[in-house]
Amino acid sequence: MCGIVGIFLKDAKLEPELGSMLASMLCVMTDRGPDSAGFAIYGAGDAEHVKFSLRAAEGFDFQGLAHSLSLTSGGTPRVTVRATHAVLEVPAAHASEVRAALARHPDVALVGAGTRMEVFKEVGLPSAVATRFDLGTMRGTHGIGHTRMATESAVTTAGAHPFSTGDDQCLVHNGSLSNHNALRRALTREGIAFATENDSEVAAGYLTWRMKQGASLGAALEAGLKDLDGFFTFVVGTESGFGVLRDPIACKPAVMAETDRYVAFGSEYRALVDLPGIAKAKVFEPEPATVYFWDRAA
Amino acid sequence: MTAHSNVPRTLPRFSATFDPHTLSEIRRAAATGIYDIRGGGTKRKLPHFDDLLFLGASVSRYPLEGYREKCGTDVVLGTRYAKKPIHLKTPVTIAGMSFGALSAPAKEALGRGASAMGTSTTTGDGGMTPEERGHSSLLVYQYLPSRYGMNPDDLRKADAIEIVIGQGAKPGGGGMLLGQKISDRVAAMRTLPKGIDQRSACRHPDWTGPDDLEIKIEELREITDWQKPIYVKVGASRPYYDISLAVKSGADVVVLDGMQGGTAATQDVFIEHVGIPILSAIRPAVKALQDLGLHRKVQLVVSGGIRNGADVAKALALGADAVAIGTAALVALGDNDPQYEADYAALGSTAGAYDDWHEGRDPAGITTQDPDLWSRLDPVKAGRRLANYLGVLTLEAQTIARACGKSHLHNLEPEDLVALTVEAAAMAGVPLAGTDWIPGRTGGY
Amino acid sequence: MNAFTPDVTFDLAEAPLRELNAALHAATGDSNARRWRVLNPNGRHALAAGVDAPLTIEVEGHVGYYCAGMNQHAHIIVHGNAGVGVAENMMSGFVHVRGDASQAAGATAHGGLLLIDGNASARCGISMKGVDIIVKGSVGHMSAFMGQAGSLIVFGEAGEALGDSLYEAKLFVRGAVKSLGADCVEKEMRDAHKALIAEKLAAAGISGVDIGDFKRYGSARRLYNFHIDNVDAY
Repeated sequence: MCGIVGIFLKDAKLEPELGSMLASMLCVMTDRGPDSAGFAIYGAGDAEHVKFSLRAAEGFDFQGLAHSLSLTSGGTPRVTVRATHAVLEVPAAHASEVRAALARHPDVALVGAGTRMEVFKEVGLPSAVATRFDLGTMRGTHGIGHTRMATESAVTTAGAHPFSTGDDQCLVHNGSLSNHNALRRALTREGIAFATENDSEVAAGYLTWRMKQGASLGAALEAGLKDLDGFFTFVVGTESGFGVLRDPIACKPAVMAETDRYVAFGSEYRALVDLPGIAKAKVFEPEPATVYFWDRAA
Repeated sequence: MTAHSNVPRTLPRFSATFDPHTLSEIRRAAATGIYDIRGGGTKRKLPHFDDLLFLGASVSRYPLEGYREKCGTDVVLGTRYAKKPIHLKTPVTIAGMSFGALSAPAKEALGRGASAMGTSTTTGDGGMTPEERGHSSLLVYQYLPSRYGMNPDDLRKADAIEIVIGQGAKPGGGGMLLGQKISDRVAAMRTLPKGIDQRSACRHPDWTGPDDLEIKIEELREITDWQKPIYVKVGASRPYYDISLAVKSGADVVVLDGMQGGTAATQDVFIEHVGIPILSAIRPAVKALQDLGLHRKVQLVVSGGIRNGADVAKALALGADAVAIGTAALVALGDNDPQYEADYAALGSTAGAYDDWHEGRDPAGITTQDPDLWSRLDPVKAGRRLANYLGVLTLEAQTIARACGKSHLHNLEPEDLVALTVEAAAMAGVPLAGTDWIPGRTGGY
Repeated sequence: MNAFTPDVTFDLAEAPLRELNAALHAATGDSNARRWRVLNPNGRHALAAGVDAPLTIEVEGHVGYYCAGMNQHAHIIVHGNAGVGVAENMMSGFVHVRGDASQAAGATAHGGLLLIDGNASARCGISMKGVDIIVKGSVGHMSAFMGQAGSLIVFGEAGEALGDSLYEAKLFVRGAVKSLGADCVEKEMRDAHKALIAEKLAAAGISGVDIGDFKRYGSARRLYNFHIDNVDAY
């Protein structure tokens, strides 16, 4: 039960302001989710490198971790530490090697990976979380965010959104799924790993599973309409775009705004009020059971 | 005479699984094609407060003298945000029951009885009647999914607002009230054609979930200028989560109705198979409040099967701030009274078992809209009976509290209780009598 | 900004919503504070909820949930979009949304007139109890669900399950209806119904609409008393 936001830029001139735009949207949604907050930003990156977003306890020695991961031909991975998180950048050729090494560090959680996506999430008020990770200064092409009011799973960082659904893919959710336990068991048999009891993580895992089987994100979302029971509004990010999907009953709120400079999503209009040119934006409500997708490549 | 006649015969034996009641229900369903709809609460045997006992004071604790040494019973509900919290003289309130389900004299009697004892009554699905507002010094106005009769004038007249999300008899359910009770007046109050079945929604029409509930609560506060306490009522099923979310959404008071709670009419399968007993629901609800640091700051009212002062004291000891009674209040008014046995028999039932409240033919004149039957209930006398009963509940609870050395009912604690059965010990989170064992928990005294 | 001379201008960027609503509740409509302009609503919730006086309130921008909730007597104009449950449980008065309305517009409203210039999304007029709702655009799915009384007039199209479990609310739609809900059927459009539409449009100040284009939908009343053969509808 939550507030969700997302923004996708069409105008590259806004890219330096992406973080500050997303931060303001996120903070307005505090009432909907005061327990924790998180966001994913799609910033600089290239196909030659993979970024690992990592989370560990306060004061964890990420530099030391990077050092211990020193690669035979790639040198020490580049590391950027932000509070409890760090982004580790490694040559793509060494990605699986680093992944395997990270698996041997139970005190470090891998919250997302991809060429451009960086994921940060933490318990606490959204404003505190945004400040902690310095979201306001981040730049990028698109991003999604989430404020959480924990329902049936615990208030922990692991339960915070976004949930990464595969390389450069992540999802935020507002609503409550009613068949996530059975689905989690079925997906676990299919080899999808889950870190929490959270229903939204199951939705993320479901999309990952569909896409592993070759479905496009759009097709995976379509299939989700049949297989995911309950109430949901999803906003998902990919390397090149972002999408929105609401369940057919569509009880959970959703508002979108589009101008020639950006497309933005908010659980409520309030989240969008500080965006540039909002007064003249086309403001609309996404239809239920309809996949919306904006792609930079398109 | 054959040799056979001397062989002992086995007695006819009914199946425990397919018992006579079950068989009759299969035949009824086969004949009618409709599920059984009835009033009242669950009739099956459930772990209940009877399975708990108090540890009266002795040498390690000292009791209070009855009558002479004070044992407070007052409670204030709605201290969190409301400008005008509700002050009750006894922690026993009257649960929500609608005009429509109940007759106007019955609603008046509830108001008279409760007001005489300084406690509150509650409206129900169908709006507020002048009878109950006029005769209730403290009236809680229910805000239900149907919004029948909902209007801002009554909202402003109310002393508190109770947003009903569910009730113990049918958490998650809407319902269907058959047409017999939709009289002209009930139809007008609900904006429905007379005599039709009333189909009730299971969700509120304009919000779903805690994030939107928070906004709904804000609207109700704005409309009433932040004066009235806002209660949120849930049926017991996942009490830890539901109570925490109601509190996070901004409730002043949370009302938790166990599966023993009654209903005017719903499917028997719902009454008997959905929800959890109140005994098992209180501790998780209190834990939720404690985890949020709001126990006693957001008040907890529990209901569902409260019958006597011992039940009241046990509910309070487990952490509730007050209780609500519905079925017991109706019985105090005269529901299922043996004086009408001939009438109950004529309806194919018997005094004490009559539950076809939805049919509107209640011989006691309580769950009916038939004016002839209404006249059987004198609201003044019935109100007096309810006042007497409320007084007994309060005195009994005080008696127990004094025996435990408490100068106020609210000082009862779970540690004043033990359980008679392993089930009750596990559900209520108190040790099995004579042991320090709470099933499922480690640690002792 | 539209031509309108307010008696009182209230800027929500300067003062909190609670002060605005308290002031609106204190206003009786007899004084010099009859015409109000509200600036910078910025999606705030419960704006002008619970007003009980013949005030005119012009809101300059988008509003959040439950704007004009439970309205009595006031004329409230939103120069923008409205969030969930605009004019929910309205009793009387006139609420005009110049943009789109979100879900549950006019939910459970007992009276008054709700005019939406744009589209209304899902559950428009859910459990309506006497309100008249005019939507110049289209309405989303499950509109007029369990509608008990009043009228819903839609110039555009209607989404799935229009009028599901309908009681006595009268539905008129000019465009396509994606599907009808349980117990909702198309009914003959008679002169009395055309007169009803004309009366409602006139009350909303709308002229020049060809009433002959509307189709009428209402309750088949098959669910009014339970019958096992209708069990699929439950």
